[in-house]
Amino acid sequence: MENCSIEVHNLTTTYGGAPVLWDVDFELPVGQIIGVIGPNGSGKTTLLKTIMGLLEPSSGFVKIFNQDLDKIRERVAYVPQRESVDWDFPASVYDIVMMGRYRKHNLFRRTNKTDIDIVNQSIEKVGLTEFKNRQIAQLSGGQQQRVFIARALAQRAELYLMDEPFVGVDAATESSILSLLQEMKNDGKTVLIIHHDLQTVSDYFDYLVLLNTRLIAKGTPQEVLTKENLTNAYGGQLTLLAKVASLIKENEFPIREKDMDF
Amino acid sequence: MQTLIDFITFKDPNVIYVVLGMICINTSSAVIGTFAFLRKRALIGDAIAHALLPGVCLGFILAGDKNIIYLLGGAFLTGWLATFLVDYIVNQTKIKQDAAIGIVLSTLFAFGIVLMSVIQNGDYANEGGLNNFLFGQAAAINKDEVYIFGIILLVILVATYFFYRAFLSISFNYDFAASAGLPVKTIEFVLTSLTVLAIAAGIQALGVVLMSALIITPAAAARFWSNNLRVMLLIAVVFSVFSGVLGAYVSYANAGVPTGPWVVLILSLITIISFVFSTKKGILYRILLANKNKRKIFTENILKSIFQWHEKKQKDIAEPFAAADLLSVRLFSTRELNKGLVKLKQKGLLVADGTKFYLSAEGIVESKRIVRLHRLWEHYLLRRTSMDENHVHAGAEAIEHVLSPEIEKELEKELGILGIPKDDY
Ligand SMILES: Nc1ncnc2c1ncn2[C@@H]1O[C@H](COP(=O)(O)OP(=O)(O)OP(=O)(O)O)[C@@H](O)[C@H]1O
Ligand SMILES: [Mg+2]
Repeated sequence: MENCSIEVHNLTTTYGGAPVLWDVDFELPVGQIIGVIGPNGSGKTTLLKTIMGLLEPSSGFVKIFNQDLDKIRERVAYVPQRESVDWDFPASVYDIVMMGRYRKHNLFRRTNKTDIDIVNQSIEKVGLTEFKNRQIAQLSGGQQQRVFIARALAQRAELYLMDEPFVGVDAATESSILSLLQEMKNDGKTVLIIHHDLQTVSDYFDYLVLLNTRLIAKGTPQEVLTKENLTNAYGGQLTLLAKVASLIKENEFPIREKDMDF
Repeated sequence: MQTLIDFITFKDPNVIYVVLGMICINTSSAVIGTFAFLRKRALIGDAIAHALLPGVCLGFILAGDKNIIYLLGGAFLTGWLATFLVDYIVNQTKIKQDAAIGIVLSTLFAFGIVLMSVIQNGDYANEGGLNNFLFGQAAAINKDEVYIFGIILLVILVATYFFYRAFLSISFNYDFAASAGLPVKTIEFVLTSLTVLAIAAGIQALGVVLMSALIITPAAAARFWSNNLRVMLLIAVVFSVFSGVLGAYVSYANAGVPTGPWVVLILSLITIISFVFSTKKGILYRILLANKNKRKIFTENILKSIFQWHEKKQKDIAEPFAAADLLSVRLFSTRELNKGLVKLKQKGLLVADGTKFYLSAEGIVESKRIVRLHRLWEHYLLRRTSMDENHVHAGAEAIEHVLSPEIEKELEKELGILGIPKDDY
C-alpha cells in the first residue's frame, strides 16, 4: 500500500505463552475510518495495545506511517477502554483533557496558553464545555467516554486508535461522536475504532478488519461482511484457537484490562 | 498538664527535635503516600516497611552502632529489594500481587527479626535502640536525624513539584501515559524510590509494623474532604502532621510508650471522623443535605400556593393575602406554615403587612419560576410519557424543586412554551 497508516507485519502477541494474536498481518489506508471487529476475547484490545507499544509482541513488528512508533508517537493518539481506569479520581474534566498535552519534552514545564486553548477547544468539540470543571467521578458513562475522546483530540494527532468508544453511550452521543469522526476524516485524519455492534459497522466504517486471534478478513465492508467470514469469526462451533483462549480465561488469568505493574 | 506545657514550650530541647522530626517524616509520607493511594498501591507500602527491618539491622552490623546513614542506606536497599522481588514474582510466576506481597513481606521481616536477635546476642554497644524499629520511638529522634529527615522532605517536595504532571498521569492512566511516550518506567522508578525513602525516614519514629499506615491513611482520610488533588495533598499533610505530633506527645508524656501505635490510632480516628462528617461523601453531609432539601421544598411549596391562590381569586400577584388563604389551595399544618412564612420573610421574598403578607419583587419572580417549572414538567410528562391528566400532577410534584436552569431552558425549547402555562392539573 502506498499511503499506509498502520502496517502490522506477522504479529504474534502472547500472554504467558498462549497466543492471543497469531501471525496477524495487514496494512491500513490513510484518511479513513477503520473498524476492528471480532467476538469477545478475540484480541482486539491486545492488537491496539501492541500497536501502541504497550505490549511487547513475541514476533513480528508494527510500523506507523512507515516508521517506528517511537519516532512518531506524537502523531498517534490512543483512547483506552473506558473501564480501564478508576473514575473516582480527584480530577476535573479539564485536568484529564490537559493530560493529552503532556509530552516527554514538556513534562516538567507549566502549561502555556496554547495548551489551554487546545484543551478548551477539545472539550468544546465533544460538547462538554458546561462540565469543564466537573469532577470526573460525577459524570455519566457517556460523558466519561467523551472526556477520553477530548483528551485524544488534545493530542492533535494524525492517527487515532479508539477502544470501544461507543460502549455505554446513548444514541444522541453516538451520533455526535460519529459526526466528530467524520469531521476528523475530512481533516485527513485516520481513525481506527474497535466496535462491537455488527448492525452498524457498514454505516460507520470505510474499511474493516475482522479478527479472531488470527486475521479473518480485511477490506471494505462489502468484502468483509460475508456470511463465510462472519461464520469463521463468530461461528457456532468454537475453533481450536478460541478454545485455547477460553482455557486461558477460565483457568489461569483473570480478565483484566490493566496490566499488572507497580 | 505540666508535661503538656513542657512539651509545647519545648522546655526539653529534645522535644524540638522530636516535633521537627515528626513534621518532616509525616509530611514526606503523606505527600508520597497520596500517590501510592491513588495508584492503589496500599499493600506495597506495607511490604516495603516490613522489608526495611533486615536493611536496618545490616546497616547496624556494618556500622557497629546506630549510625543513621548506615541504617537508612540499608533500609533503602532492602526496601527496594522488596518492590523488585514482588515485581519479579508477579511477572515470572502465576502468583498474584497480593500473594507475592505477603510472601516477600513475611520473608524479609522474619529475616530482619533473626538479624535483630543476632545483634542482641552479639556484643554491640548501644544496641538497645534497635527495638524501637519495631513499634517506633519518636523520643529517640536526635538533632542529626532531624537534618537528614529535613533533607529527605526537601527531596520529596522538590521532586513532587517537578514530577507533579508525571505522577498524576501515571496514577490516573498508566497505559495512556505510556502511549503518549512519557518515560513511565523512569517516573515509576522515581516514585517508588521516593516511597522507599519516605518509609525509611519514618521507621525509627513509627516502627516497621505500622509505618505503612502513614503512607495510606492520611490520603484515605483526605479523599473524603476534597476532589481536588492539590487540596487533598494539603489535607493529608495536615492530618498526618497533627497525628504525628500528638502521638509523639503521648509517648513523651508516658515515658517508654511506643509512638507508632498512638500515631496510627489518632490517624484512624481522624479517618473515621472524616467518613462521618466530611462534605459530599460523609454521612453527616447527607443528613444535612436531606434536611436542607426538605426545607427548600417546603418554602417553595408555600410560594407555589401563594401564586395559585392569587390565580384562583383572579387577583394581581402583588396583592396581600392572609396565611389562612393559602390553606384553601394546599394542605399545610398551621404551625409549619407560619414557620415557613417567617423563613420566607427572612429571605426577603415576603413582606408582612399587619396580619397579612405580600410578595416582594424577588418573591414574585421566585413563585412564578416554581409554578412555571411545575407546569412545564406536567406538560412534558403528558407529551412524552404515557401518563394521563389525572396523574401528571403527582408525577410533577417535587420535581420542580430539582429542575436546574439548564433543564428549564431545554424544556422550554422542547415544548415551545414561553411564560407560565395556564392549565394546571
Ligand atoms: N492481562 C492479561 N493477561 C492474560 N490474558 C489476557 C490479558 N488480557 C487479555 N487476556 C486474554 O487475551 C484474550 C484477548 O483479550 P482482548 O482484551 O484483547 O480481547 P478483546 O477482543 O478486546 O475482547 P472484548 O471484546 O471483550 O474487549 C482474551 O482471551 C483474554 O482473556
Ligand atoms: Mg477489548
